[in-house]
Amino acid sequence: MHAAFLIPLFPLVGFLVLAAFGRRIGNPRSGWLATAMVLASFVTTVVVFVLLFERQPAARSVVETWFTWLPADRLQVTAGLLIDPLSMTMAAFVTGVSTLIHLYSIGYMEHDEQFPKFFLYLNLFVASMLLLVLASNFLETFLGWEGVGVCSYFLISFWFDRPSAASAGKKAMIYNRIGDAGFLIAMFLIFERTGSLGYHTVFARLGHVGTPSLVAIALLLFLAACGKSAQIPLYPWLADAMEGPTPVSALIHAATMVTAGVYLMCRISPILHLAPDAAHVVAIIGAATAFLGATIACGQNDIKKILAYSTISQLGYMFLAAGTGAYVAAIFLMLTHAFYKALLFLGAGSVIHAMNDDQDVKTMGALVRFMPITGVTFLVAWLSIGGVPPFSGFWSKGDVLENAWVLSPALWAVGALTAVLTAYYIGRCYMLVFRGEARWSEAGIPGDGRRHGRALHPHDPSWVMTLPLVVLAVASVVAGVINLPFHPSWVFLERWLNPVVGAQLLAHHWSIGAEWAFAAADAVFAAVGVTISVVLWRNAVNRPAVEPAFLQRAWFIDWAYDRYLARSSTELSDATATKVERDLIDGAVNGFAGLVRRAGGQLRKVQSGYVRNYALGVMAGLVIVLAYVLSRTVS
Amino acid sequence: MNPHFPYLTVLVLVPAGAAIVAGLVPAANRRLVQVVGGLGTLAALGIAAAVLAQFQAGQGAFQMVTVHPWISSLGVSWSLGIDGISLFLVLMTAVLFPIALAGAGARSGDKSFVAWLLVLEAGCLGSFLALDLLVFFLFFELTLVPIYFIIAGWGHERRGYAATKFFLYTLGASAFLLVGILSVVAIHAGQTHVTTFDVRALASTKLSGTTGVLLFLAFTAAFAVKAPIFPFHTWSPDAYRESPAAGAVVLAGVMAKLGTYGIVRFDLELFPHAVVVLAPLLLTLGVIGIIYGGIVAAVQRDLKRLIAYSSLAHIGFIIIGAFALTGPALSGAVLQMVNHGIYTAALFLLVAMIYRRSGSFSTRDLTGLQSKAPVLAGLFTVTMLASIGVPGLNGFVGEFLILSGTFLTHRWWAVVATAGVVVAAVYLLWAYQQVFHGRPTAALASFKEITWREGAFMAPLIAVIVFLGVYPGPVLNRITPSVDELVAHVEQVAHPTIPVPGQPTHVRVAAKVTSGGPR
Repeated sequence: MHAAFLIPLFPLVGFLVLAAFGRRIGNPRSGWLATAMVLASFVTTVVVFVLLFERQPAARSVVETWFTWLPADRLQVTAGLLIDPLSMTMAAFVTGVSTLIHLYSIGYMEHDEQFPKFFLYLNLFVASMLLLVLASNFLETFLGWEGVGVCSYFLISFWFDRPSAASAGKKAMIYNRIGDAGFLIAMFLIFERTGSLGYHTVFARLGHVGTPSLVAIALLLFLAACGKSAQIPLYPWLADAMEGPTPVSALIHAATMVTAGVYLMCRISPILHLAPDAAHVVAIIGAATAFLGATIACGQNDIKKILAYSTISQLGYMFLAAGTGAYVAAIFLMLTHAFYKALLFLGAGSVIHAMNDDQDVKTMGALVRFMPITGVTFLVAWLSIGGVPPFSGFWSKGDVLENAWVLSPALWAVGALTAVLTAYYIGRCYMLVFRGEARWSEAGIPGDGRRHGRALHPHDPSWVMTLPLVVLAVASVVAGVINLPFHPSWVFLERWLNPVVGAQLLAHHWSIGAEWAFAAADAVFAAVGVTISVVLWRNAVNRPAVEPAFLQRAWFIDWAYDRYLARSSTELSDATATKVERDLIDGAVNGFAGLVRRAGGQLRKVQSGYVRNYALGVMAGLVIVLAYVLSRTVS
Repeated sequence: MNPHFPYLTVLVLVPAGAAIVAGLVPAANRRLVQVVGGLGTLAALGIAAAVLAQFQAGQGAFQMVTVHPWISSLGVSWSLGIDGISLFLVLMTAVLFPIALAGAGARSGDKSFVAWLLVLEAGCLGSFLALDLLVFFLFFELTLVPIYFIIAGWGHERRGYAATKFFLYTLGASAFLLVGILSVVAIHAGQTHVTTFDVRALASTKLSGTTGVLLFLAFTAAFAVKAPIFPFHTWSPDAYRESPAAGAVVLAGVMAKLGTYGIVRFDLELFPHAVVVLAPLLLTLGVIGIIYGGIVAAVQRDLKRLIAYSSLAHIGFIIIGAFALTGPALSGAVLQMVNHGIYTAALFLLVAMIYRRSGSFSTRDLTGLQSKAPVLAGLFTVTMLASIGVPGLNGFVGEFLILSGTFLTHRWWAVVATAGVVVAAVYLLWAYQQVFHGRPTAALASFKEITWREGAFMAPLIAVIVFLGVYPGPVLNRITPSVDELVAHVEQVAHPTIPVPGQPTHVRVAAKVTSGGPR
């Protein structure tokens, strides 16, 4: 257990070494160093995980305290780690997926001028993410929360000479800061009501906190989660975040960072349990976001935007699960999603490389013949996210849906419709990219001036990039076994996480017959989605009927945000700076000075300039106030 | 080290003496001027470090107190002392002056520039250390003269306007302070028949409600302009903009703290009742400053003016921390004075480096600098993130303590102030994007990376930014005892219905609020 501090320390050391000597270490050695650091962290995590597993379930929560971070009067915040099944599950998949994506990045970023800097940010990100999930109190989680946000900002704007990348990074940071304000206020309220910020202490004192406060705390933290995990209304930044290098999209904007909000909801399960109204809000927003994201994904042509909206949608599913009290289902979906979504992004990265940085699926086609490993693993990911049995997504999404039914069949229906859409939109993406006719030629992409003259020879990348694809594909297929529904002894994940979130789990257990009925329904949804996508997109490239403008433009929500929020706040700032600041406040000051100067013009006839006038003013003031004070004292 | 050594007196006299030496050196010998300036400021830093080493953590009262009668008939004495509230402001001052001098470039060889800067350092240190109100006032006013000449003599295009505006505005406000000081002393003398300017004795002066409020306003007028607090801030964008680099560093980093320090030291100590009565007003001004400063900063095209408005917002945080009257908030306010001094100084130095290379402060002319100077960009990023309040860096610690402490007593002010966290991200990231992202124009083609020399004086600032963000414990442990005593003093005088047994009101009470269970 004491070795746990090494888990975040390895990537932190990697960051510091690369910050100091990155350029000297160079390309590709700095990439290997960073990968080794994350791998070391993964190995340590596995060791600690096993040590924890060997303990009795009741003893599987250990707080390691290092030092007091903030000692200020009654506010005492420690720095340390909370080792429990939830945090270690998160740490294990974060380090595991990170290792694979670091490895992939060595190949992907091969020719980039800022190669060492990329890995420096990536290591800092992993360290922050681990601090986030392993933190023993809210403030430490917030430290990691902000750390990953800052790294996300750096990495989205990594190609900073592109204005779109620079703007996207800033946009992500600002949307996240809005959520962070919620996190901060939630902490103030928690501290006010419980006198602490430590998870164990706070949860032990919840009995003294009134329900309105608990609802407020839960909703404020959910606001923070909406920012970080791109939920309504704070989701638009995630699509823009695709400006970052594709491994970043895979690691940060699909597999790990964006799931931090879901993790936070699971971590505060004792609070959500006592504030069911807030939990219902979480479930409803989650279901709505799942549906919204899926519809928009149906109308996108940029391969990364399809995946980004898909991520928003899948995160919505996770919040739906957390809101219904099915925390295990949320974590289960988070794990399997990390595998297949990372796989989809890395596959997309291979395609983008092969197509000389083109991202438009309409210009691709037939690529499975040229890059079979990428094509086949992408197919696996499609079937998995689509929920085709027995791929992992089938089990995890099924778990979410049957729990949603318990709270409300309406939520289940939205989730089911979204499931059909999910199987469809990734199917559309797969068919357009990998099947059908090649809409490019070896001479390049028709009508694409930017890449004109660069010959196209699409092929599978080198092993550092294909190995992660294969590993993730295997994981996407088999990950379902950790939580199979049909027998109580098969729900390993549920039994493992029970000591953390178990008290809050819905005590609902379906009969075996009902389980089979749900499973059959899920399989049908997947089949319908897959079939429609194959039928519609096997030979077609443009089908305006199913790609209406309002889906391509994301329901015009981004446009509305820009028009009504961004622009009007700019106008407000301009007006404040000119009308209020310059004319009113500074105008008054200068006006007063002018007045004095004019009065001084009279006095100057007697003596000198205005500094002297002020001395006279001092004297006059002195006399007046002294007279007043004396009169008060005497009387 | 000898505990009876008059550290504090020496600390004030060393830069003053160095100023005299600098004045005597022949102006042509620029090298010698540089040496005198460097040695003078570094010697002060050394003594400040010794003071830190001598300082007893865990004690709230003044330490290393020196009292020498000066004008006995008036009860004026040369009394200096240091406690947790002033300790780190003194250290920050001692750190920032040598760095400001190093960042001044060729001017560090101008004889009168160096002499004025040393006088200014003596004035600032004296203000933070004075326990005698008249001595404080003299130091407080003394600082005006050198900074006036520094702005007017070595500033940018509109230096004359900016220097005069600053001088007259702050001098005018100081008149109220002088009147206030004399009144407090007179009232105290009337009550006790002892004429003294010692703030520790004056704290027991009994003031009626109206008198207390009026005197509080007289004191606060001077401090509010100096800090500055909204709406008394309009001198600051001009003064910061037109100052030379070293002037802006000490003006925003150190001199602004004279105002906030004055509020904490004198307003809270002398007028507890008025502080409680007027806290909502001051909190409101602080919150307006946070939001308003951020909004106006968002449309600035000039980096120095942007930092000036961002300063207004950050000072707003300090103000609400001071008037929330809880331990965490006031500790946070004291810490934030230091934090703000450090990262604002770093920002002004970095902007000065950009100016030296490009001849511009304007985001219209600057673009793509990150590709030309990645290290400079990296330092700017760290400083910017500290200023935004990202945890792990120093700005966050102060802001979090202030806001969480303010939330306990003034919930809605804290909630609105938290929105300032979002606004700060907007304007700083926008400025960063314009200046550092994108591709450099042809005019910036020869923009140079940071030099080793520049890196050397930035390094301590960055180190402090990170250290205070990660491990503020040793600092907070020295600040909180004094803060707790001050908060207890205010509570007790303002709410005498809650008596603390066995403690006369004029003795500072060590009533440490213990960490609580559920409230």
